Parts: sequence; C-alpha cells; structure tokens
Amino acid sequence: MSTVTTVTDATPPQLGHRLTAARLPRWAPGGIALASIALGCGIGAVAGLASHLQWGLLSALLFLAVGYAVSASVEGRRQAKDRFATSLVWVAFICAVVPLVSLTFYTVQQGIGAISPEFLTHSMKGVVATLSPDGGIYHAIIGTVEQVLLATLIAAPIGLLTAVYLVEYGRGRLAKAVTFFVDVMTGVPSVVAGLFILSLWNILLGFQYSGFSGSLALAILMMPVVVRSTEEMLKLVPNELREASYALGVPRWKTILRIVLPTAIGGITTGVMLAVARITGETAPVMMLVFGADFINGDPFNGPQQSLPLYIWQQYSQVNNEFGYSRAWGAALVLIAFVMGLNLIARGIARWRSPKGGR
Amino acid sequence: MAKRIDVSGLSAYYGSTRAIEDISMTIEPRSVTAFIGPSGCGKSTFLRTLNRMHEVIPGARVEGKVMLDDENLYGANVDPVAVRRSVGMVFQRPNPFPTMSIYDNVVAGLKLAGVKKKSVLDGVVEKSLQGANLWNEVKDRLNKPGAGLSGGQQQRLCIARAIAVEPEVLLMDEPCSALDPISTLAIEDLIGELKSQFTIVIVTHNMQQAARVSDRTAFFNLAGVGQPGKLVELDDTQRIFSNPSVQATEDYISGRFG
Repeated sequence: MSTVTTVTDATPPQLGHRLTAARLPRWAPGGIALASIALGCGIGAVAGLASHLQWGLLSALLFLAVGYAVSASVEGRRQAKDRFATSLVWVAFICAVVPLVSLTFYTVQQGIGAISPEFLTHSMKGVVATLSPDGGIYHAIIGTVEQVLLATLIAAPIGLLTAVYLVEYGRGRLAKAVTFFVDVMTGVPSVVAGLFILSLWNILLGFQYSGFSGSLALAILMMPVVVRSTEEMLKLVPNELREASYALGVPRWKTILRIVLPTAIGGITTGVMLAVARITGETAPVMMLVFGADFINGDPFNGPQQSLPLYIWQQYSQVNNEFGYSRAWGAALVLIAFVMGLNLIARGIARWRSPKGGR
Repeated sequence: MAKRIDVSGLSAYYGSTRAIEDISMTIEPRSVTAFIGPSGCGKSTFLRTLNRMHEVIPGARVEGKVMLDDENLYGANVDPVAVRRSVGMVFQRPNPFPTMSIYDNVVAGLKLAGVKKKSVLDGVVEKSLQGANLWNEVKDRLNKPGAGLSGGQQQRLCIARAIAVEPEVLLMDEPCSALDPISTLAIEDLIGELKSQFTIVIVTHNMQQAARVSDRTAFFNLAGVGQPGKLVELDDTQRIFSNPSVQATEDYISGRFG
C-alpha cells in the first residue's frame, strides 16, 4: 500500500514475455503418432523383429521421442514437456487397454464356437470328454451360481456389519485390531483359504466335499474386500448428515440404518458386486473343497459340485485336446460374461440408488 | 410449548482442552437470543451443549447444569435422544438428506420415530413448509430430491425439518452464513415469525443480523489463543448495541477489535 509504483506504457523489456507463441497444429499429436507407428513397424519389419510387441514398443518410444523433439523445436521446452507428459499418459493408457481388449477379443473368438443351447443346458455326464465334442457346462454354471451366492450370503452381511462397526462405533484398540486383521485377510492367498477350510471343515469336523465348503473359503476371500469397500463408502457420508439426524432426535442405530446406509448404498453395492466378481473366478479353493463333478448336483450342501473355473482347468489340463480346449474357451466366455453382467448390474444399482442432486 | 433454558456453571471440553468455561445464563422462552463473539470463542460449542450434540464428537464432554424449565438436560437418567427431540437444531450449512425427497426430508424426524399415518404426515409437511416459508415454492414438486433446491431453499427445508418434530427450543448455528442476502432476509423474517412458538437461539457472526432478529444478545469472548471462551455479558439487544456495560463488548461491536 505504501510503496509507490510508476506505471510505464512499455512492458519491462528484460522479461520479454509474449502472450502468443508458435503452436503445433491440432492434428500434430495424431500425425506424430501415425508417423511413429509407421516408422516403428517399418524398422521392425526391416530389422526382422519377430514379435509384434517389439514393433509396438518401438512405435511408442518413437512417439514419445519424436513428439518431444518436434514440440521442443517449434513451441519451446515448457510446451514440449507438457506434450511429453500427455503422450506418456496416452501410451500408458494404451498399454493398459491393449491386453484387456485382446483378452476379451481372444476369448470371444475362441469361445463363441463352443457355445450352443446344448452346451449351456447339458452336463458332462456320460460324455467321454477326450473323444467327443458333446457335453456342456450346465452343472458348472449351477455350481458357480450356488457357491458364489452362498459365499455372498455369508460374507456380505458380516463384512457390512464389520465396516459399520469400524466407521460408526470403532474406537481404540479393538477397532485397530479389527482393521489390522482385515488388512491381513486381504492378503491371504486363495489357496491358503482353501487349505484352512479343508483342514477345519473337512478334516477336523469331518464334513464331505460340497459346494458349501467351497463357499466358506470363498467367503473368507470375499469378506475383507467387502469390509474395505464398505468402510470407504461409509466414510464418504458427510458427518453433517449424521448430526442432522441426531438433532432430529433420531437414535444412533436408526441414523445408521436409515440415513447413513441408504446414502452409501450405491457404493456399497458396487463394492459387494466387485467382491463377488473377484471370487467367481477363484479356482484353488474350489478345486480342494468342491472337488468337481461331471454330473448335475443342484444341492450345494451334499456331495461334489462343479464350478466354471474348475471346469475350465479340468478341460484344459485333464482332457487336454481340441474338444477340451473348445469347451474350456466356451466356459471361459460364459464366466467372463457372468462377471461382466454382475458388474453392469452393480453399476446400474449404483446409478439408480445414488443420491440425486439434479434440479 | 416454548421453554426457558437456565444454564449454570457450564464448561465443555474436547478431550483435555477446555473450550468454554463456567457459563451461566438464562434464555427466555418465546424470544430470540443471539450469540455473538469472535471465532473460536465457543459460541457454537455452547449452542451444541444445549441439545447434547456436543458429546457426539469423540472425546467431548460437558460439566455443569442446563435446566429446560425444571429438567436438567445433564441429569443422571436423561436420554440425549429425547433431549434432541425437544431441542431442535439448524446447522451452518444446509444439510438435507440426499436420498430423500422434499416431502421425506420434512417428515424424516417423524418417520424415523415411527409415525406412519399418511394423513398426519401430509398435514405436518404442509404446516412445516408453510412455517418455513417454503410451501409455495415447492408444493408442486414435493417428491423431487431435496438436494435439488437452491442453497437458501435447502436451509429453509432444514428449518422445516427441524420444526416438523415440534421442538420446544430451536437452536440455529449461523444459519445464514452460507446464504445470499435475499435468502438471509427470508430466514430472518422466518425467525421473527417462529419466535411466537419457539425459544430461539441463534449464533451469528453478522452483528447487524443479531441486532435485527434478536431480543437479547450474549457476547462471548476468549482471553487469548488456547484459553477457554467465556460469556462476557447477556443483555437486551438494544442495550448491548447502544450502551453495553462491559468495555470489551463495545470494542467488539464498534469494530475496534476482532
């Protein structure tokens, strides 16, 4: 306030800042990308590199280097760094997407031929798997659906209540211990969960192989995921809503049940569905506890069942010929479609139930 | 309906930190009492001790007595939930329940307390929204989400929600600080109407607002950073703003400090 500044017409010459600068045209990044890909493939072909992965890697590196060089020469160093970072993000994005897309594409390509009404509605009972293309995955679908459903029925309520405890009530040592064990459980390998249930449920308590015993192991794997995601969602519920509810004379348990959980229900559902998707593809515990069967067993509490991941593994490694491969790919496609369907349902529920703020 | 609040020797703590110290005052029924004072002097903390919302914060506790007519809110067998039913609260930032419609927001307190009869609820919704001066603006879209209203409307919705459970006292914690002047005016008018039924206590940083809406004004201050807040004086608003008996009050009001 007290200093007096002299206003001059000219900008200070020593800074030399201009507001306009040379810019690359809008199509430049695309053009550089195309040129780099062409160049990368060209070098790859000439040098006789066998792997197309190497071609792609070469193109990506060229894209980064050429983009930086071109931009630096036209626009200056700062813009060049900006473009370099943008290009890096794009390359990383493509590196992440390519395997995903190619996996889906390959599975569809390989599996679509095997899928037929018969494949979806028949079991492997009475089929000589190594000699005939017949048979199907009906028993595996039934098994997977039942096992996953049972696991969810066990893990989702326990996980949900644990998360409610941790966020709403948990203080002090007990809460810390629970958090610690949830963290540890997140890292339990599925095969260990399977061994644990095998030794406890099947050997110590003497129960037979069954879908339910597989569900127990799957529930162990699912629980920490549900706790973690639910916890995060409950933490997102603003404290103001809880206080608003208390201030209306609503008891705490009712506030949690009627205000906090409904506000977070979209995220919680998504979390549970993602956990379901995760355990749907588990093979190891199912192999140990459900055992696998060629026939339809609709009772998850009695006798061996089949499940999709186990079926895929058996067809691929035990049958181990073109009939087995074909069935394995078909089952893999159904498994992916199943998980994707669950995810879509989760997203739908999240969108449907999420708080609406639109005017 | 409206009840007198009689506070004596009240101190509030956050963990081991004492936030307010030894406050005694009487808040008259069917009147508006405003709390003013610099930030951090414990106005909001004190307000929250009046409906036992203070202890919701982990580690927070209260010593002293708050008499609501002849009942001590901090008595041995007093249920905080019951206290909050008779002492309602409106918060600084509008906080309608995002999952609920306008209708459900207004009757949230009743519905969660188990009132189910549609005719009763319909009546309460209209009466409360009328009371909060919001009825004409929302009567055609009661089933739209409450979060879709403007900030000022949301705050009036929160007031409607608070008066729907028919409390005896209404506490307002800077209810206009997030609102524009027009919405502020609407809420101030509303406070003037509501004081015929309720005992109203309002915390505000806006001294003109305190002068406009309140009958009595309490000035809070703290001796220094880290010191607990104290009540400096409580008097008729007119006296506080024209001829306060304590020098610090006059300094604060005339802008010489704070």
